[in-house]
Amino acid sequence: MSRTDAPNPLEELVKARVREFLREPGYVFWVFGFPLLMAIGLGLAFRSKVPEPPRIVVTARVADETARALTSSPRLNVERQSRNDAERSLARTKVDLVVDQPDPHGPLVFELDTAQEKALLARAVTDDVLERAAGRRDSIAIDEQHVVKAGSRYVDFLLPGLIGMNLMGSSMWGIGYNLVQARKRKLLRRYAVTPMRRSHFLLSYFFSRSLFLVLELAVLIGFGRLVFHSHVQGSILALLVAAGLGASAFAAIGFLIGARLSSTEAAGGWMNFVQLPMWLLSGSFFSYERFPHWLKLPIRLLPLTAANDALRCIYNEAGALSSIPFELAVLSVWTLAGFVIAVRAFRWQ
Amino acid sequence: MSAPAIHCQSLVKRYGEKLAVAGIELTVDVGECFGLLGPNGAGKTTTVEMLEGLTEPDSGSVELFGVRWSNGRKRELQERIGVQLQDTHLADRLTVEEVLRLFRSFYRQGPSVAELMRELDLEAERKQYYQKLSGGQKQRVALGTALAGDPELLFLDEPTTGLDPRARQALWGSVRSFQQRGRSVLITTHYMEEAAVLCDRIAIMDQGQIIALGTPRSLVDGLGLVQFVEFETKQALDEAAVSALSAVETIARKGEGYRLRIDRSLSSLSAVLGELERQRVTPIGLSTHQATLDDVFLHLTGRVLKGAESEASAGAAP
Repeated sequence: MSRTDAPNPLEELVKARVREFLREPGYVFWVFGFPLLMAIGLGLAFRSKVPEPPRIVVTARVADETARALTSSPRLNVERQSRNDAERSLARTKVDLVVDQPDPHGPLVFELDTAQEKALLARAVTDDVLERAAGRRDSIAIDEQHVVKAGSRYVDFLLPGLIGMNLMGSSMWGIGYNLVQARKRKLLRRYAVTPMRRSHFLLSYFFSRSLFLVLELAVLIGFGRLVFHSHVQGSILALLVAAGLGASAFAAIGFLIGARLSSTEAAGGWMNFVQLPMWLLSGSFFSYERFPHWLKLPIRLLPLTAANDALRCIYNEAGALSSIPFELAVLSVWTLAGFVIAVRAFRWQ
Repeated sequence: MSAPAIHCQSLVKRYGEKLAVAGIELTVDVGECFGLLGPNGAGKTTTVEMLEGLTEPDSGSVELFGVRWSNGRKRELQERIGVQLQDTHLADRLTVEEVLRLFRSFYRQGPSVAELMRELDLEAERKQYYQKLSGGQKQRVALGTALAGDPELLFLDEPTTGLDPRARQALWGSVRSFQQRGRSVLITTHYMEEAAVLCDRIAIMDQGQIIALGTPRSLVDGLGLVQFVEFETKQALDEAAVSALSAVETIARKGEGYRLRIDRSLSSLSAVLGELERQRVTPIGLSTHQATLDDVFLHLTGRVLKGAESEASAGAAP
């Protein structure tokens, strides 16, 4: 009954990795669903809004003709109120400007708080609307060009940060947790008594992670494109290289966590211990520029910061790999140091 | 003559202060089914793991087929053995077929996955996730992974613990058919019955040492020509009078009743019954049986084997 048409061990190990991952609904949610929800939630909350027109009140004493001119302009948000109500609205900054006319034949009076930027705007617009109604002509021809600088919105900032966080999370779960669980279940020992090559075992993680890396990138970038019209400004290849190096650094940390532990609770604790500071400090959601100056270098040495900065530079600023040498070096050191220590510390039981 | 399947000498393993294995000598011939028996903590698993090359002994040597475990020849030996570890939990969400295929891929040669499933009666479960299987099915899959490389030597560590009698019988069948192809088996168990059914020879282990070695028959016969009488009673028994009978070797309390070790003859039995009648003691649930391996263990160590005690409830375990 001996046969030699054996299945390929590396292929089978990679398939097992991929299947284990895809068949665990929790993994799939945290790796694919969660970042998308974050992108939707934060992307909507912080989307750039078209500014509201200035709000003004026209008192009952103002001539109807003047009031009509103001009310009909789309550039203003106009209400008519009694003199007293208008005073109150202004005091409570519910409106930016009050237009009054104490004497029916006298001049108009603008009441405003000049310390308020919006009040100044309201005054300029109200003035312009009235003058135009009275027949003002532009003496200089001016053309307007409306521009939105690519990659400058919050959601553009957020998406590369989510990619970075995703790389970290999926390496931690896909490698660190996976190894600890296999050790706890004595599955690693079971492998250790077979002629399975150790290199195949290690490579199976490399290949399955690479596959998921491409998938994760495709999902987040595709989602950003479809829903937020956010585009990768730099080259996709450079982004892939930076993301790959980031994933390697996190894979190394995952291996480090999975090298010896045999309790999944301890693994969960360590993973949070490692990830929490980076969630807070590494600028996935908000820039770390606001932290004190002396903290910046330590923050930039964290792998997630390096990954986020590298991804943002390529994604938003059309940067090339040559413009992020510091980030690439940080990620390489984490990768190398992590793997060297993990391989030495690794226990099959 | 070919080298024995297993040969080890003065095997020692220490865990901190505790001497887990204290100098074991063992030879298992090719084609033999050898049983390591003993209570939990006797050192069986540590011994087996040293034989499997999984644990490095502190001192002593292990040879399989005349080859020592060493870095250069590790894979060569691993190709020739199949291992079922004690309570290994395979990947939850891989199907039976996928698990077997994965393990099959590690070996240069062996049966096809279809053949493995047919042999272990797992064809109906081939698309089932491992986590959905019953205890008996899981153990059959584990055995399948051990057989995936068509091994010459099979290690089974407590393969039937927690299985119901039918699942246990099925597994015994598989082991026997493996052995009938001239292959060797080393099995650990704390079920004496299992050892008696399967094994050509048995070593009884206790506290890291082998305290008896031989065929199941010879070990039982070593106790002498004895039988056991057990009964319960609600009346007070004059134990001294009973043990004074020449036929009675020992008398011991067992739960609500007594356990007597007596000479293996009909007249001894009637002498005991006569004494009970004289004392007007009515025995309830009187039974007699020949010596078993459990009695051998009790005789050697003065303790009852844990496995034997929990045997009745084993089927209910998860």
